Amino acid sequence: MDAHTLLQVRDLHVAYRTRLGHVSAIDGISFDVHKGEILGLVGESGCGKSTLGKALLRMLPSSARIEGEVLYEGGTDLLNLDLHALRDFRGRRASMMFQDPMTSLNPVQRVDEHIVEAIEVHEPDTSKEEALERARVLVERLGIQAQRLRAYPHQLSGGMRQRIMIGLGLVLNANLIIADEATTSLDVIVEANLLDQLREVREEFGLAMIVITHNIALVAELADRVAVMYAGRIAEIGTVYEIFDHPSHPYTQGLLKSVPNIKLDEQEELYKMPGEPPNLTHPPSGCRFHPRCPMAMTICTEREPDMIDVGSGHLVHCWLFDQDAVKSQASKKVSS
Amino acid sequence: MTDHVQESPHLVEVRDLKKWYPIHKTFLDRILAGRQNYVRAVDGVSLSIRRGEVFGLAGESGSGKTTTGRLIVRLEDPTAGEILFDGRDLARLGPEELRKERRRMQVIFQDPMASLNPRMSLGHTIGHGLRIHYPEQSDTHRDQIMEIMEKVGLFPARYFFNKFPHQISGGQRQRVVIARALITRPELVLADEPIAMADVSVRAQLLALMNDLRDEFNLTYLFITHDLATAKYICDRIGILYLGKMVETAPIRTLYAKPLHPYTQALLAAVPVPNPHERRTQPMPEGEIPDPIDPPPGCRFHPRCPMAKPICSQEEPILREVEPEHFAACHFSEQFL
Repeated sequence: MDAHTLLQVRDLHVAYRTRLGHVSAIDGISFDVHKGEILGLVGESGCGKSTLGKALLRMLPSSARIEGEVLYEGGTDLLNLDLHALRDFRGRRASMMFQDPMTSLNPVQRVDEHIVEAIEVHEPDTSKEEALERARVLVERLGIQAQRLRAYPHQLSGGMRQRIMIGLGLVLNANLIIADEATTSLDVIVEANLLDQLREVREEFGLAMIVITHNIALVAELADRVAVMYAGRIAEIGTVYEIFDHPSHPYTQGLLKSVPNIKLDEQEELYKMPGEPPNLTHPPSGCRFHPRCPMAMTICTEREPDMIDVGSGHLVHCWLFDQDAVKSQASKKVSS
Repeated sequence: MTDHVQESPHLVEVRDLKKWYPIHKTFLDRILAGRQNYVRAVDGVSLSIRRGEVFGLAGESGSGKTTTGRLIVRLEDPTAGEILFDGRDLARLGPEELRKERRRMQVIFQDPMASLNPRMSLGHTIGHGLRIHYPEQSDTHRDQIMEIMEKVGLFPARYFFNKFPHQISGGQRQRVVIARALITRPELVLADEPIAMADVSVRAQLLALMNDLRDEFNLTYLFITHDLATAKYICDRIGILYLGKMVETAPIRTLYAKPLHPYTQALLAAVPVPNPHERRTQPMPEGEIPDPIDPPPGCRFHPRCPMAKPICSQEEPILREVEPEHFAACHFSEQFL
């Protein structure tokens, strides 16, 4: 681990016990989050992206079983923290934003009370006046007039509520914000404003963000690095330019071709990827993408591939990049 | 999309459509305030849809796009205005006449799970319209249902016929909704965010399906969406709504290439592009869509408009043809030509 690594996720597994059986929502995921970066986590519904985000802060329901390691700054394993230390970590070091800020804000508490409470809980030495002053400076920094601090959450617009959520993360100098579909319910202009805000906050406070979204265009707009998830696994991870310029996993390639692009002038038809994402109570064998994959080989149906480095930290979870596998498959085809 | 659309007569013509919802107040409020207030959800919208064309209606939440759509098929009664459907004013039809016209129009909503009866089999659901509108043909219903199921990609139809909504995937559910809408062979289909809930990979399939069906059944779509990137792949013309007013309408390519209203310009610039080399650099207008109870005077966009002049807060711009086929409601549209 080098000094730039904030979070190391190693072989993370999450399984839910359900009435229909065991659902392996996250099936062996490893990746790093670097200090000060924006990591985009994209995938379709049910791919496990939200579960992953919540698992990092252990915010999953009791029916979920988490295994693996989440190392913070090379040392503490978040999965082993006792409840007291975990609570402290969540408040002081990391913060989470959800799609609907109303579920995170207390409807009968004014905005300033939220912020002051957070400061008082985690920094008991701070006086109330000092806490209020910090709240005032912070919300003005986020483009909200200080007088709105006396408002209740329902009196604010959706965009303002999300800014308050950012503020709650920043007020204790967290160095990680996990944003789970945080801009999804906002209108495009408000969303664009919030993206600008997130970018500025990152520049100014140097914190890292994990942006979880189904919106691939949004990740292109905002992220430094991108992880594409499929059926509980990372299909591909790399810098935003690597992923968009040289998508390597057949799933990523298909996904990018099916995203509508407002800028393209020729009326190209969108690529229609066959099938739909699998149900994780009975995931496909081997590579979970093989039933939809146009390049599937026999080995893909049998064994799961490794993460293969195709250069400069661009990792692909696909047999096509394993030279030996491709050769043996080719010879099989010839002989059969 | 094709040239023959240009000459065909209008299937739908809407003139100065309004829907004002009264705000309920307590007795005391009414005495003290005296005046009844309204939410002006749709406030004087005019549009026309040619036969065989896909007309998109786009805007942010609260712009009135869904209400406009619902008014056009008369799921809501308008406060004022005309809705000419094939020349007849739907706004003035009585219930019996309206029911007859209703065969010719169908609706597809956003959430298929909410619009399917969980206790009705798929075959039964799809045939519902036939049983209501064509009870006399009951012996052919089953064949018609099977045929439309295969057309929307639910094959083998025999397999799906007796399934229930919870047994199939989200994409397949939306195909059921589409089949149900098309089985009575409507002329107009109101599609209100029909693919917004689907995942990207499924979305492309549904868009292609809607395009194919449009050609096959010579359908006219009113396609309501908040997603301008998707609209590009299906609409022939598009109208942009803001706070209950139409601010711009044009053929889709024209509008995207040369938006003539500052609001449309902001809206288009705000849409993220799936290419990290083309990140947006221009700043966005601040603020959010204002309160429709007490909309700003003059141009409703002026408080957020980066180029607002004094006239914009005084005089309301009318929707006018700035160049052929391209209408905009801004005092200064010419400067963007």
